[in-house]
Amino acid sequence: MSRYDRQIKLKEVGPEGQEKLRNAKVLIVGVGGLGCPAAMYLVGAGVGTIGLMDHDRVDKSNLHRQILFQELDIGKPKAMVAKKRLEKQNSEVQFKVYEEPLTMENAKKIIQQYDVVLDGTDNFETKYLINDACILANKPWVFASIYKNEGQLSVFNYQNGPTYRCVFPKSTRENISCEATGVLGVLPGILGTLQAAEVLKIILGTGEVLSGKLKLINMMRGSEQIIKINKRPDEVEKIRENGIAPVYIDCDLKNAEHWYLDVREVFEQPKPKGKKVLNIPLSDLTLRYREIPNNQEVFVFCQSGKRSKNAIEILKNEFGFHNLKNVEGGIETIIDA
Amino acid sequence: MKVTVKYFGLVAEAAEKSEEVMEFDGTLTASELKAKCLNGLSITDKESIQIAVNQNLDDKTTLKDGDEVALLPPFAGG
Repeated sequence: MSRYDRQIKLKEVGPEGQEKLRNAKVLIVGVGGLGCPAAMYLVGAGVGTIGLMDHDRVDKSNLHRQILFQELDIGKPKAMVAKKRLEKQNSEVQFKVYEEPLTMENAKKIIQQYDVVLDGTDNFETKYLINDACILANKPWVFASIYKNEGQLSVFNYQNGPTYRCVFPKSTRENISCEATGVLGVLPGILGTLQAAEVLKIILGTGEVLSGKLKLINMMRGSEQIIKINKRPDEVEKIRENGIAPVYIDCDLKNAEHWYLDVREVFEQPKPKGKKVLNIPLSDLTLRYREIPNNQEVFVFCQSGKRSKNAIEILKNEFGFHNLKNVEGGIETIIDA
Repeated sequence: MKVTVKYFGLVAEAAEKSEEVMEFDGTLTASELKAKCLNGLSITDKESIQIAVNQNLDDKTTLKDGDEVALLPPFAGG
């Protein structure tokens, strides 16, 4: 008896459907709260090839919701740990691991190799990037996002249907992650599982795919709502003509006379404008510390003030910088709202 | 004229409610009502908040008595 017997019994699957699943390729971008449960169900269902993309490492604070990871995985790369765990679940599935972020340069090339993209990301920049690359590669993608106890879900660019830009044409500065706001592990569990369900329907070509609809879920209230969305052909056409639109969200510094050092990752937003702003991610400091002026005051910032404090410790202790000031409270305190 | 306004995400948080009934005289478009509802709330990027009227994404409609308006901010978490 096939391990898939219980799903093959369904008329929506059958032996033909199982064969479709086996031939299908799904890329999961972001193996976190959404990506973990989604991956487990897709692997369980026998999706033939799964791409696991994440450049992050397992943190202790991930364990309550990112259910592929165990205590002994802390500090290890998420994509590789996920692959090792999922291989044990189903040895028939082929995995491809990408321990790099999705970028404007690699997005289209990678996405072209898959049938469906599942969005497990936690930032707007990557969501727009997935959206634009999927338009160019002509692939559907299954979107989900969370804010505290609420979630949004939709399938974009499915059979020429509406895209993320048809709902939210422009990105926003209010880039608030689960790390910042808090989340109960079950909510990404629910949404990631619903995403997996949409992926299966797309592959099987059965049921009603959540295209042209935005599903809103409030976990605490136990409520759900569907909003109909229409295609904005101009938004889609812009991407087809001009390619992926970069999402750099500008902001103005309250005092642009000072020197600033931004130790956040390159994709983090917003980006302050100004000639005296250096962006060197914390992880690159030991390679690039020579770019930092050492003869005048430099204000070091990140999103919250924590990483910048670490950065100053490193620069002070290892490279003898004594001109650095931490921006307590992070970027929001030094920019004009 | 009376319309029901539903708030989501950080809009609900800033408004400290998830729903309210707004009463007004004359005519308002959906985006005019949005401006009225968000007025005074501490939300940095009001432009990013989308409007649905009777469960359809739409900001241009002129509202009718009994309409249900939803204010939808984008979410980023995952």
